[in-house]
Amino acid sequence: MEKIDLVVIGGGPAGMAAALKAKERGVKSVTILERAGTLGGILEQCIHAGFGLHYFKEELTGPEYAARFAALIENSDIEVKLDTMVLGISWDNTVTAANKEDGILEIKAKAIVLAMGCRERPRGALSIAGTRPTGVMTAGQAQEYINLEGYMVGKTVVILGSGDIGLIMARRMTLEGAKVKMVCELMPYSGGLTRNIVQCLDDFDIPLRFNCTVVEVHGKERLSGVTVQYVDENFTPIAGTEEYIECDTLLLSVGLIPENELSKQAGIELDKVTGGPVVNEIRQTSREGIFACGNVLQVHDLVDYVTEESNIAADGAADFILGRQAVNPEYIEPLCGEGVRYIVPQRVNINSGKDIKLYFRASNVFDNASIVMSVDDKEVYKKRKVKVTPGEMENVTLSADIGKQIKKDSKLTLSIRA
Amino acid sequence: MVKKMTCVACPIGCQLEVVLDDENTVVSVAGNSCKRGITYAESEVTNPTRSLTSTVKLIGGIRPVVSVKSALPFPKNMMLDAMKIINETEIKAPVSIGDKAIKNILDTGIDIIVTSRDKGKQQ
Amino acid sequence: MQFDVAVIGAGVIGALAARELSKYDIEVALLEKGNDIALGATKANSGIVHAGFDAEIGSNKAVMNVRGAALMESVCKELDVPYRNNGSLVLAFTTDDIGALEKLKEKGEKNGVKDLKILSAQELLTLEKNINENAVGALRAPTAGIVCPYELAIAATENAVSNGVEFIRNCEVFSIKDEGDIFTLLTSIGDIKAKYIVNAAGGYADKVAGMIGDNSIKLTARHGDYYLLDKTAGEIVAHTIFQCPTKMGKGALLSPTVDGNLIVGPSAVDIDDPCDTATTFEGLNFILKSVKKSVPTISERNIITSFSGNRAHSDTGDFILGKSEANSRFINAAGIESPGLSAAPAIAEYIESILKDEIKDIKLNQNYNPIRPEKVRFAHLNTKQRKALCAKNKAYGRIICRCETVTEGEIIDAIKSPAGAVDVDGVKRRTRAGMGRCQGGFCGSKVVEILARELSVPVNEITKFGGGSKIIYEKTKKGKKQYGKN
Repeated sequence: MEKIDLVVIGGGPAGMAAALKAKERGVKSVTILERAGTLGGILEQCIHAGFGLHYFKEELTGPEYAARFAALIENSDIEVKLDTMVLGISWDNTVTAANKEDGILEIKAKAIVLAMGCRERPRGALSIAGTRPTGVMTAGQAQEYINLEGYMVGKTVVILGSGDIGLIMARRMTLEGAKVKMVCELMPYSGGLTRNIVQCLDDFDIPLRFNCTVVEVHGKERLSGVTVQYVDENFTPIAGTEEYIECDTLLLSVGLIPENELSKQAGIELDKVTGGPVVNEIRQTSREGIFACGNVLQVHDLVDYVTEESNIAADGAADFILGRQAVNPEYIEPLCGEGVRYIVPQRVNINSGKDIKLYFRASNVFDNASIVMSVDDKEVYKKRKVKVTPGEMENVTLSADIGKQIKKDSKLTLSIRA
Repeated sequence: MVKKMTCVACPIGCQLEVVLDDENTVVSVAGNSCKRGITYAESEVTNPTRSLTSTVKLIGGIRPVVSVKSALPFPKNMMLDAMKIINETEIKAPVSIGDKAIKNILDTGIDIIVTSRDKGKQQ
Repeated sequence: MQFDVAVIGAGVIGALAARELSKYDIEVALLEKGNDIALGATKANSGIVHAGFDAEIGSNKAVMNVRGAALMESVCKELDVPYRNNGSLVLAFTTDDIGALEKLKEKGEKNGVKDLKILSAQELLTLEKNINENAVGALRAPTAGIVCPYELAIAATENAVSNGVEFIRNCEVFSIKDEGDIFTLLTSIGDIKAKYIVNAAGGYADKVAGMIGDNSIKLTARHGDYYLLDKTAGEIVAHTIFQCPTKMGKGALLSPTVDGNLIVGPSAVDIDDPCDTATTFEGLNFILKSVKKSVPTISERNIITSFSGNRAHSDTGDFILGKSEANSRFINAAGIESPGLSAAPAIAEYIESILKDEIKDIKLNQNYNPIRPEKVRFAHLNTKQRKALCAKNKAYGRIICRCETVTEGEIIDAIKSPAGAVDVDGVKRRTRAGMGRCQGGFCGSKVVEILARELSVPVNEITKFGGGSKIIYEKTKKGKKQYGKN
């Protein structure tokens, strides 16, 4: 059995950044196991621009962003195994994987970084009534067919869900010659970026309907149309608002789910809200030596933050491998106050002596809001924001100074006040 | 004339009301929360541009198409015309990021360049 | 094309009947109007092997159910089809219900069902801890089981084809002419001649019988919606759980599946078109509400898909089996609704017994082999077995479906097997690729690619389930001109 320092599961933006950072920190042997035939993960099919504004201070497309990391990896001694699917992680951190060349691989690692990304919620999970014809697919599937395989998936399109992938695909389909009839959004607001609403929908006069969903799918072999309907505050369809829209394609952009089957099977504790592992400030999961970053940990809206998070996880893994773990760690769990849906990391070592960024998402749209951090109901930090939306990940820094005020039984709460 | 638009300079997404005169020059901007709103409104009115991305046919590549983008922000009103040229373009593998797929498309002075790598199918 | 016997309909009944007939040295055709096996009620039912206490004493349903359930385990063993004898429970929520259970038990015993027992609330909760605390008792039938219905039909067809049966897909029968000792079937692929016909046409069995002048069969399509839940919910119950029927009707059942999922359903609404398998908002709501009476902790969050199927309900309320009164060379197996799956092996045996007597000088097929070779199920193997497999064939090292751990090798096997898969759904039913929680989100395009490669057809010709169900359209880029660097 091969024995190495670090196995990184997934060669997307998170895995690549983590592997490079670990190498930079002096970790000797690093292997990336990637299930696709290339490095880059989902970025390979995200051919639109808008990546890297924070991290590289320039606007890149997905493949360009990925290529910057891939080039560094090629010039390093990081081992990359492509077309390789991880099948399991044992209790002694042995990773079992399969590929055509090696058959079944077993690699014993000192540390593991989980960077498997996320998957899209399919139609089945939505319980939309009706037939089951072709022409119903997730926005990401359509993106793969169009951008990577070079095939068109439809001519007249309805998109359910106004998350960024849905919006981006509205523009891609339009530019490639399809007619996008409308985008329906169950919520009263969009989960996507304002820029995407303007440049992907408004530019092409594509209507966006809020509080509206697809309730029925029609067509025997190929999709022939969908019934859309408005919903009330409880998401119950409002009788009399049904409308039949003729279309041959329904794209779904109804949420992303971190891919944690492997983590579950490895006995790693998961957060019910994020769907990802519960981690501490160095992104270590409930299993010692196993770290997580990127969309497998929480669904990100900007890849720049994925890179940032992966650097943190790799630092943690490097410290673990090099035997530089925290001494006498004491953990508290930051609490989600009013308006906060979740916080990552879920556990924070109060003796770390470092600034710790807390990433979080709002549970609703807030205008002119204050983001407030309090210790035992005493306000210790406050920041104003003109707009906070669930679609955009926010962060605040738990400074080392504030950290000093926190005791093991203190309650650290983050909230958003309108 | 009054033109309504959503500012995309930041995530706030201010609803701008832009007053234009007969020559399409900005007279006033309302609804913005900062100066960037005015700049945005002016560029949207005089010369709106977008990043144009798509794919072109790739001959002999591992994949049948390769992703491309406009090397510079592209005039918004010419995007659909540009797509016609992009759709009939083919290039040969191998290709690298930055290769020119189309030079000076529609005489805009802007090139359409490759944004991913394809080493080509091994013979 | 001329055959001794034409079996119309490759559902579980037709497939198992064709397999039984392949024991003999006769020419048998299995005709299917769809693109694959098991496309009707067989692909969309509860997957339950009923113990047999429900059917009226002495009815075809009762006799065939009890016999079929007894045969099921050995048939599944021969055909390498997953079967589990998990037992069933009928829940009682009132003292009236207990009375009803006692009657069911008595009926079951008369039908020949063994080991039926009425459990107290206490005994019930020890067996199934997630059952509603308000349940006051249950009827336990330890002989009940679960099976994968489409896999049974596919396996039976494969085995039948290996034993000489010709499987003809996309073959819809339009009319039948009887020339005294031979039938001519006018079909979508041309004329087919056969001395005998087995009518296993499911929801269309009445129409097919009508083609020879037998108008005695009256079928209604009884529509049922189902939910399938993720494997994380698969162990919420061990038994198949029914509710005691009341004046308000029959409640929905829930059951683990042989693949480890949880199935919930069905609703029951009579509709006009046996082909209409659109799920309904009302039906889906009903089953979820109903099943929560049995297990209150079932969560919508675990739903991975919904589907529906139509049972062929006969106005006689019973299976219609045997020679048609209009023509003794035409054998009916019609009105096969629940417990049709449980009864299927017995119905096939019965059809065999009729034709064995009917066909003169029938000889045994010397090469008949009831065993379908064991197929590779990568997900069920341990590391050592996987290593050995990959060493033999590299295609087993490439995982295509992540959710269900299905390899390229298994997909190729499914395409190359007798009566193999020709579309995406065919691959899905044979290998489980795309059956998991992402529902083919990741593997769909790869399955399309493998199908195109193995069948030597262009990628955009591949369908989901035949006909016009193509998945992708033309190429996005026509190319032709070079404006760039080359």
